[in-house]
Amino acid sequence: MRIVVVGAGQVGSSIAESLAAEHDVVVIDVDAERVDELTYAVDVLTIRGDGTDVEVLEEAGVREADMLIASTDEDETNIVICGTAKTLTDCFTIARVKSTRYLTTWRHARGEALGVDFMVGTNLLTATEAVRLSGLPAARDVDTFAGGTVQMAEFEIPEGSHVAGQTVQQADRFDSLTFAAIIRPDEVVIPTGQTVIRPGDDVVVIGSRASVRELAGEVAPHGNDGAKTILVVGGSDIGFQTARLLEQQGVSPKLVERDPERARELAEALPGTTVLESDATDRDFLEREHIGDVDVVVSALGDDERNLLASLLTKRLGAGRAVAVVDDGEYVALFEEVGVDVAVNPREVTAEEITRFTRERRAENVAMIGDGRAEVVEFEVDGESVLVDRPIQESVGELPDGVVLGAITRNGELVVPRGDTVIRAGDHVVVFVDAAVIDEAQSLL
Amino acid sequence: MIDLYVEWRKSVALTGTVVKWLAVAMVVPVVVGLVYGEDVWVFVASMAVFVAVGLALEQLEPDVELGPREALLLVTLAWVGVSVIGAVPYLLAGLGSASTLSTPVNALFESASGFTTTGATVMGVISVERHSHALLIWRQLTQWLGGMGIIVLMIAILPEVAVNGAQLMESEAPGPELQKLTPRIAETARVLWLVYLVFTLLFVLVMTLLHVAGLAPGMDLFNAVAHALSTLPTGGFSPQTDSVGAFGPVVQWAFVPFMIVAGTNFALFWYLLNRDVESFLGNREWQTYVGTSVVVAAVLAGLLYLGVAPTMRLGGQTAGALENALRQAAFQIGSLLNSTGFATSDFARWDTAGQMVLLFAMFVGGSAGSTGGGIKVVRWLVVLKVIRRELFTTTHPEAVQPVRLGSNVVDEGAVRGVVVFTMMYLVLFGVAAVLIALDASRVNMGLSALEAMSASLATLGNIGPGFGQLGPFGSYLGFPDTSKLLMVLLMWIGRLEIIPVMVLFTGAFWRS
Repeated sequence: MRIVVVGAGQVGSSIAESLAAEHDVVVIDVDAERVDELTYAVDVLTIRGDGTDVEVLEEAGVREADMLIASTDEDETNIVICGTAKTLTDCFTIARVKSTRYLTTWRHARGEALGVDFMVGTNLLTATEAVRLSGLPAARDVDTFAGGTVQMAEFEIPEGSHVAGQTVQQADRFDSLTFAAIIRPDEVVIPTGQTVIRPGDDVVVIGSRASVRELAGEVAPHGNDGAKTILVVGGSDIGFQTARLLEQQGVSPKLVERDPERARELAEALPGTTVLESDATDRDFLEREHIGDVDVVVSALGDDERNLLASLLTKRLGAGRAVAVVDDGEYVALFEEVGVDVAVNPREVTAEEITRFTRERRAENVAMIGDGRAEVVEFEVDGESVLVDRPIQESVGELPDGVVLGAITRNGELVVPRGDTVIRAGDHVVVFVDAAVIDEAQSLL
Repeated sequence: MIDLYVEWRKSVALTGTVVKWLAVAMVVPVVVGLVYGEDVWVFVASMAVFVAVGLALEQLEPDVELGPREALLLVTLAWVGVSVIGAVPYLLAGLGSASTLSTPVNALFESASGFTTTGATVMGVISVERHSHALLIWRQLTQWLGGMGIIVLMIAILPEVAVNGAQLMESEAPGPELQKLTPRIAETARVLWLVYLVFTLLFVLVMTLLHVAGLAPGMDLFNAVAHALSTLPTGGFSPQTDSVGAFGPVVQWAFVPFMIVAGTNFALFWYLLNRDVESFLGNREWQTYVGTSVVVAAVLAGLLYLGVAPTMRLGGQTAGALENALRQAAFQIGSLLNSTGFATSDFARWDTAGQMVLLFAMFVGGSAGSTGGGIKVVRWLVVLKVIRRELFTTTHPEAVQPVRLGSNVVDEGAVRGVVVFTMMYLVLFGVAAVLIALDASRVNMGLSALEAMSASLATLGNIGPGFGQLGPFGSYLGFPDTSKLLMVLLMWIGRLEIIPVMVLFTGAFWRS
């Protein structure tokens, strides 16, 4: 595959490096020095120039390319690069975007907006990672289908979770939710009502947004041993997204932000969070708010040094676990050495995500699950499909094992699949498919 | 001559327009008078007076493009204008008779009480035998016009007023914030008046059906219309000496839902009309309004059942009589909580416990955007949340907590406005109560503390009846003229929600 990467910063270089072995990679960057450096370090073709320039893109051979990855440091530039490339060719475009707002817009348009085929929201990604590292069951993967009506999420079930040890029937108290699969290290289980969910399982669910969110709350460990108090330091977009994700999981975090206006803005947007307007490195304040009793501190101040300071200070006061966002990749190991429990590097997380996606991608409107062991596909039912005009309980017998109907949307409205539901031509169906039976399933559906 | 920054001539000229158009409303009493074969010269003459005065005022300034201050001045002046001119029919009708309304102060009191939907009366004997049907329907009509707002009505029908509509409506509409339902303010005003009109007609229909079905013998068409014109604006005037007590239990029950509607934000019905049930039922203020009404009514019903009220001609026996205790409680709370002021029982004769529950209810008020008076439920909600926040930040000084109503965040400026309003309301209530008491002792009127307080609260909150001599079947007639004028001022301040009126008394308003 021929891949054009625009932007040879930390993210771009890292992507180029990991893809170079299997693919033909062309890297574009405005900075001559960076371009030179990369030419010698990695086996890729490098071009000096502006990625928003049509001629530069042509020179990089974007017409022959299968994929374009825009990974400069600026959101708008990346989006424009994708849009520019789309005027030349129909290659698959990936944009790296910090702002969660752009990501929301893009998702709202079912991934068909702005000339971007896949958008990586780095702030949200970093926040998700930070939440996961806090020891909470962040949904690993959340994808939306059918214009946002249907959501697919993959949850890792933690030790002490409400749901652990329950059967699927007990856990599924939601009207519009389907437990599609349980991914275990050695197998993909298509659950029946009697299947028992074990700690450590990855559960794949498909359903309405609301029910997925509710399940997230259920998955979180409850009771005295599981209840966590979490402090988010810094109201940057990453800090905000972290608090928001925590709220969605039924945790009421505290968030410290120094700027009064930003604090107010956050307090308005986060009804379930206690927003405190103060300097997180003010020791008196931290003591007054009993920060020593907090289980996890996530530092997202937007400044590596201050994140370190906040982490160390709160640890010293007795806080349990310190998760720090570290922008500079060089610091990660250092920070972890001096006392930060986990350092999350947004660039690393982004590069990993883009690389993973590039490796796993097969078709559009597909979400890859468990390193390619299964996928969730959305498609429109046509007259040829085995599903059409008959109740699901009849057609399901003809489908191979490993296929689960997750959700149906009809005219944009969610229809929960039940045995007697009759699927009509034109309905959109979101299906979980085990990788082993993908070809067979595709021919039938 | 001091150089004034406010171009008051424009406001006065537009007040003239309002007065002129008020003549149209005079058609109603004329028609009623003709139907009952009464002398209608009073109303024809009044109509001429309205038009003449209106035209005269309009001559003051042909250009009526209003700035923000002129708009504010117009709203306050318009209410003075209609109250003063609205007294003309009472004066003319009282000419040469022994009617209590024949003195200017009494006529003004009755007119202001009508337009501000207070419902406090200085009429000696209220009956169609003593006063004509036409005059009594005029008395009811003033309330109906004042209920949804004279200015709102003008915005709905007069394009020259609609230009500054948003600002005008903001000053006149009850509640802390203006809710625009449609992009154009005139359209919003029309929607609100339409909803109001529909409920008024519905009331007439329901009462007439009850009458036809034989369940409401006294509720003929005249009474149905008269009470509709008073119920929806949370007025409280009744052409019956015995108020709603003149009708049977079925009619009394039928009043309750309409009084609840009158205290509800009319914008919510617009949502309901657009099939947005969620916005209606999920509205925090509505939930609190209905919830408070039910709880307070239940407490009162319990007290009445246990015997806080003596057995009376009106209200009957409530001790041990479940249906009557429930009905009297539901009616009195439905009427007093949102500032209507009807009564089916002489609660002035209840024990202290019962009266205190009513006094509490009087402090609540209707909803924002309703026709009700008082402090308003939404303000109490905000005040309670501010108190809770203040207590929380005492232990967590760094916490940032926006005040939320449902999922909406209330702007800090609005929060401050609500707190200041509530304070001003309470201060005005207290000061006015003292002044009324002092004035009463000057003329040896023999007014009790509770009576003085209830007089202040009932006029400032546009409620109407108070306790003691001012009870639901009593009258404000005994007060000296000075007190009556003070009460007219209170009704005016209360109807416009204090600030638009008070701001006129500041120097900064008049100077640049």
